[in-house]
Amino acid sequence: MHVPDGFLDAPTSVATGVVAAAAIGVALRGARRELDDRTAPLAGLAAAFIFATQMLNFPVASGTSGHLLGGALAAILVGPFTGLLCMAVVFLVQCLLFADGGITALGTNIDLMGLVTVTVGWLVFRLLQIMLPKRISMVPAAAAVAALVSVPVAALGFVGLYAVGGTVDIPLGNLATAMVGVHLLIGIGEAAITFLAVGSIIAVRPDLVYGARRVLAQRELEVRPSTTTRSAA
Amino acid sequence: MSAEPRTRRSVPVRWIAAGILAVALVLAGIVSYYASSSPDGLNRVAQDKGFSDTAKAPGTGESPLSGYTSSGVDNSRLSGGLAGVVGVLVVLTLAGGLTYVVRRRPRPDADPEPGDRQKAA
Repeated sequence: MHVPDGFLDAPTSVATGVVAAAAIGVALRGARRELDDRTAPLAGLAAAFIFATQMLNFPVASGTSGHLLGGALAAILVGPFTGLLCMAVVFLVQCLLFADGGITALGTNIDLMGLVTVTVGWLVFRLLQIMLPKRISMVPAAAAVAALVSVPVAALGFVGLYAVGGTVDIPLGNLATAMVGVHLLIGIGEAAITFLAVGSIIAVRPDLVYGARRVLAQRELEVRPSTTTRSAA
Repeated sequence: MSAEPRTRRSVPVRWIAAGILAVALVLAGIVSYYASSSPDGLNRVAQDKGFSDTAKAPGTGESPLSGYTSSGVDNSRLSGGLAGVVGVLVVLTLAGGLTYVVRRRPRPDADPEPGDRQKAA
């Protein structure tokens, strides 16, 4: 869903750039609370994994493909603030090194595929965590639903921006229907990849998954308060 | 999902990190060759709705890795794979470096110099 240069007019691109810069500023502050010596190395790896997975376009309909956006995955693995930083790095590298996504559209891409997917993904995930049983096995499932929802919302975000600053006058209802339709399909792939990625790490080291920490803290309190092993780092 | 007490230390973080990196390198370096080359959701909608031709060629098009191909490498498998591997390593370095700098330093209560905290703030 990388937006190229030219889809949106200059004022809209400037505005999305300002929003992206502000969001990164907030994320830089918020990430301090999420990252410690143990989780910091994993944040870089999460970004690298998302970059790699974004290269893997999968077919979703005849002659159409999609790829993971990864905002929900990043938020759940490393925390929403750190997740946004990871996504911003991915889009910056894609834009500068690989000419994927326009340079004037970099802010737009960070906003739609980073800020929107991280925020929506994290909120849906937390909502589900509150509603579902507090079990570690629920974390990958909640992550998958959060990922599924985040993609069409990001697509709607594009429609919203196009309504404000699109360079061609087209019926917005049609655009919204088409964008949400295809991105619902892409969202299913997003959900599958997110489920697998979160589930794999949960299976070996659930304590490394940011979104699983509350569940783990509760479980330890309930079941075995005295046998908790802590790293001496 | 049982919560049986495990007495043994679980898988080291180092192994997990190596595993994630290996998966990322394989996906970007090898599997990416098999990715669909159809237009993605947005580009397809742009074609259907008639605004795809407003896309401008990216200003970074002269990058040697433009379009996820390595210029000067003829074999398309190698060219794309190399671009992917370079991308993974660059993203890892930048994102890893950024989060390492931003991270919360271990600042135990036994910190001998409480003045550091004020200086940082």
